[in-house]
Amino acid sequence: MNKKILSNIFLSTLYLSSFTFGGGYVIVTLLKKKFVDELHWIDQQEMLDLVAIAQSSPGAIAVNGAIVVGYKLARLPGVICAVLGAVIPPFVILTVISFFYTAFKENFIIQAMLNGMTAGVGAVILSVVYDMGGDVVKGKDPLLIILMAASFIAAYFYHVNVIFIILAAALTGIGKTIIRKLRNEA
Amino acid sequence: MIYLKLFWAFFQIGAFSFGGGYAAMPLIKQQIITTYHWLTINDFTDLITISQMTPGPIAINSATFVGNQIAGLPGAFFATLGCVLPSCLFVTFLSWAYNRYKNLSILQDILESLRPAVVSMIAVAGIDILFPAVFPSGSLSFLPGQVKLRPVLYFAAALFLLRKKKKDPILVMVLCGVAEVTAQLLMPGI
Repeated sequence: MNKKILSNIFLSTLYLSSFTFGGGYVIVTLLKKKFVDELHWIDQQEMLDLVAIAQSSPGAIAVNGAIVVGYKLARLPGVICAVLGAVIPPFVILTVISFFYTAFKENFIIQAMLNGMTAGVGAVILSVVYDMGGDVVKGKDPLLIILMAASFIAAYFYHVNVIFIILAAALTGIGKTIIRKLRNEA
Repeated sequence: MIYLKLFWAFFQIGAFSFGGGYAAMPLIKQQIITTYHWLTINDFTDLITISQMTPGPIAINSATFVGNQIAGLPGAFFATLGCVLPSCLFVTFLSWAYNRYKNLSILQDILESLRPAVVSMIAVAGIDILFPAVFPSGSLSFLPGQVKLRPVLYFAAALFLLRKKKKDPILVMVLCGVAEVTAQLLMPGI
């Protein structure tokens, strides 16, 4: 039985990681479909909490999602199977691409293709920023909006190390929690 | 020891990229361009483009790609391991803690404060990719001769297709690439 669970975890994450375009959130949704809706191995409410853990942790959400499901179903062996399944496909694909990239970088057509796509990538990224930034502004929390502006100024104009910005933002969050706790107790 | 360097550089990327998806991009850029000079900004831009077109998270794709470019397959292995290890430790610990305490409120407060900072850093990374493609000098300037016309057109067309027509990002990027190939074949030298 245990072996069946492990192979199921491995094959599911391997399959999803090979064929899912569109980032970690899509993979997490598909994991839910598989393990909650189809197999009924995890219940709906618990899956929501697991997804929250995957999203709040550092690292790729697809990998984190695989880990929470792997841990829930089979503890450490489950985590190992889930991570291997999630990582093997991009590892193989990018190794092959890396090999061809060195060989074909000077090719005229490929060069032109990649150059043209750069403008498209810029548009895709800034479009995502517009949506995410819009959500922050719509939340109407002045602290978070100031944090967003300050982070931009620090990163763009002062080239502050990204890690320091992340730590400062995390400390702000911890500070907020503490202040709220103190207020609730007072 | 190049393997250790690769491992450590991507361990930091894995440990500090909160928010998924594009959130890792500013960190990857910081580590592989600013700190270690492993890729040029051109190679980095190609890497992000390739990452968009393949399944798999940007951070893992970058680790495997950079590792391969710098130190072959073993390099790719150590970089990718470094990238995944923080997730394994952190998420497994949280899953364990959740199993015992079933409470996530502090975590969600921290995440809420990280999001605006992450948005801004993604914006900066996006600008750093876009500006060199559009402005030959690399910074904002609308003087004649200081703007490359075709990339501006691609950018505007891509935004239109993404926002107004809700087209798939991969399709939009491929169209931009095909447009540039066609333009260079039809009008060489321009």
